[in-house]
Amino acid sequence: MLAYIFRSVVHGVLVMLAVAFIAFSMFRFVGDPVSNMTGQEATLQDRAELRERLGLDQPFPLQFLNYIGSMLQGDFGMSYRQARPVAALLAERLPATLELAILSALLAAIVGVALGVYTATRRDGWLSHLIMSLSLVGVSLPTFLIGIGLIYIFGVQLQWLPFPGRGDVVKLGWWSTGLLTDRGRLALVMPVITLSLFQMTLIMRLVRAEMLEAMRTDYIRFARARGLPESRVQYRHALRNTMIPVVTITGLQFGSVIAFAIVTETVFQWPGLGALFVNAVQYADFPVMATYLMFVALVFVVVNLLTDFVYLALDPRLRGGSRVPK
Amino acid sequence: MKKSTTLASVLLAVAVLATTAEARSIKWARSGDSLTMDPHAQNEGPTATLAHQIYEPLVTRAVNGDLIPTLAVSWRVLPTDATIWEFTLRPNVKFHNGNAFNADDVVFSINRARSAESDYKGLWASVESVTKINDLTVHIKTKGPNPLLIQNATNTFIMDKEWAESNKVVKVQDYKNKEETYAVRNTNGTGAFILVSREGDVRTVLKRNDNYWGKGTVPLEVTEVIYMPIKADATRLASLLAGEVDIVQDVPVQDIPRLKTQQNLRVVEGPENRTIFLGMDVVSSELKGSDATGKNPLANKKVRQAMSIAINRDAIQRVVMRGQSRPTGTIAPPFISGYTKEMGALPKFDVARAKAMLAEAGYPNGFSTTMHCPNDRYVNDEGICQAVVGMLGAAGVKVNLVSHSKSLHFPMIQKNPPETQFYLLGWGVPTYDSDYIFSFLYHTRQGSRGGWNASRYSNAELDKQIQSLAEETDLAKRGASVAAIWKLLQDETIYIPIHDQMIAYGMKNDITVPVHPDNTIWIKNIAVRRP
Repeated sequence: MLAYIFRSVVHGVLVMLAVAFIAFSMFRFVGDPVSNMTGQEATLQDRAELRERLGLDQPFPLQFLNYIGSMLQGDFGMSYRQARPVAALLAERLPATLELAILSALLAAIVGVALGVYTATRRDGWLSHLIMSLSLVGVSLPTFLIGIGLIYIFGVQLQWLPFPGRGDVVKLGWWSTGLLTDRGRLALVMPVITLSLFQMTLIMRLVRAEMLEAMRTDYIRFARARGLPESRVQYRHALRNTMIPVVTITGLQFGSVIAFAIVTETVFQWPGLGALFVNAVQYADFPVMATYLMFVALVFVVVNLLTDFVYLALDPRLRGGSRVPK
Repeated sequence: MKKSTTLASVLLAVAVLATTAEARSIKWARSGDSLTMDPHAQNEGPTATLAHQIYEPLVTRAVNGDLIPTLAVSWRVLPTDATIWEFTLRPNVKFHNGNAFNADDVVFSINRARSAESDYKGLWASVESVTKINDLTVHIKTKGPNPLLIQNATNTFIMDKEWAESNKVVKVQDYKNKEETYAVRNTNGTGAFILVSREGDVRTVLKRNDNYWGKGTVPLEVTEVIYMPIKADATRLASLLAGEVDIVQDVPVQDIPRLKTQQNLRVVEGPENRTIFLGMDVVSSELKGSDATGKNPLANKKVRQAMSIAINRDAIQRVVMRGQSRPTGTIAPPFISGYTKEMGALPKFDVARAKAMLAEAGYPNGFSTTMHCPNDRYVNDEGICQAVVGMLGAAGVKVNLVSHSKSLHFPMIQKNPPETQFYLLGWGVPTYDSDYIFSFLYHTRQGSRGGWNASRYSNAELDKQIQSLAEETDLAKRGASVAAIWKLLQDETIYIPIHDQMIAYGMKNDITVPVHPDNTIWIKNIAVRRP
């Protein structure tokens, strides 16, 4: 067990280093921050001096090593765009993104599983057909359009839901939340739905397919033969066995929920990490870009680890390895 | 009893109405946020615009281009010494923290703006020293006579010396020191609004400065300003339609007709101080990636003139810009000193003649070239380039278009030698004087001049004339030189001007904000129309 954890952590660190390296080598294609940081009247010499102050005149391997070195000491650098420490910027933006991502993932999981079970158990109902058709729309419409569509209907025409931004937030220490105010909660509705729609559809279709598969297996037939009530057969036996792939997908998708949040955050002017990243890319704000990419890599690594642990909890066969009874 | 209750409620209602009319909060959105509250760190549009609410310069520029006395009440070049500018400062002005404004603050702030880390140092490069004469008089000594120095002062904000010293922000923020300075998120200006809270990229809240010196000279009716960047065009517009914001800067041109149909909204349009033009390498002996191997067609004046008449500027205005531009034949908006109607006249669009001229120049079958274009800097920049590609194609010049972010585009132009031989660029003139255009776009690239001249054009005779402008104190003589320089440059066709950009603001119809050519808004000038 310990060896397993150790191995996973080492893998994780290697992944993060690789991400940092790839990210860093891509930066030169994004542009030159110095030209954004200097005004129209700046001379060639002014720009050269600034480049030197930022260390951007150094060769690429040296810049990379410097970055890794200071990062290991907890120094993520200064944002070129906002002249503030990157760590502080990320910490300020993190609550907005996490709140959005966690609520979206929860909504996607709950509604996705419920609809999946429903459409699997009532395959030929008209509602099932409707849900399945609508889900196609959910997968195929780009997030941007869904967000703008919601804004137009519920924000502009009906004026039920506030936008843009988080509404009113309450600060709890360094954390900030919109869940404690009415306007904050209302402001969450549209972005959460927008962000969760794709995952929701994915989970629903997965649960449905897995359920249909499970319902055909022998143990379900035997369970029914034993005279167990249908609901118990469906939820206790069939659903539980479909959960392994569902948990994997939901877990792994949490990383992409944070990554997908870039579009949702831009549409709703949601002050999270994604919006920070988009602005950073446009400005070629390397320290923010590098740290954001490292953070997303870290989320993926951690989520992968946790998913492995949940497997262990869900599936007893994985726990003991060779001690599984034959 | 009943009567008195009615009366009381009427009185109450009147009181409520009066206070709501009195306490008007303005929510103001635009596409990008100010980068920093440090007034000398970033010489950039949105940063200066927000700073203008809180801090003030010695002089500001009115919508018509005139200078308005602000923290300076008067100024002159000393009759005895043409290298000394004398500024008389406004008395009885207080900073937001209660400190008195005086000459020490001006000396301190201008020196801060001249320092190595400041982004405004280029505008003050001609200054030798700044001296306090008495509490309300300051002398600025320049290295040679500089009759137009005052034109450079409109965005240089005055800070409080004592405040800067006690908060350790005497120096401008330096990206090398890995810590945030106090001035990045805190302010102490003399302006009409006081900073209440600042969350970068999210919202900045200002409240009215009730002790503002200009009370009575400006409406000053807005009590609170909530400034928020909204990046996505569609969301910004939807926010205005939903009534979530009161003013939107950066209205996308395709949405203007739609906003105009809204009863409760108004659109205000006006010309911007920015000309969009095409630049070409007019010197190198070879045009890279062209089928005209071994030569550079763009070095031939006839080719450039042919390209200029091959572009249908009116069509670009109509189709790409939806009317939101002013086609032009020169790189100077009409309110720039030195502009004439003849310069601005459009080259007559004539494809047949363009073809004939290309043939005369030795390219009967045209030639091919690559053009670089930004796609996130100017209004519909990429659309303009696509239109130009089509129009040049009709005349036989086959253009391969490369569109990319401004972060990649500007370095190509700034590098020495430039990395592009055909490009689109926009140019604004903060000094409202032709010299600024000559110095940056036409002068040979050396020292503080020619920084944006990626045409490689270099004319020693012209350079001398441009340099002499800076020190010419006889304004009539100077005007004649400016006219002579323009005549030469218009004929040379170093650049191909397309149009001056226009600005449109959308707002609720109980307020009016005029469009300033520099795209600056002063909230203090907003008068709220009461219902």
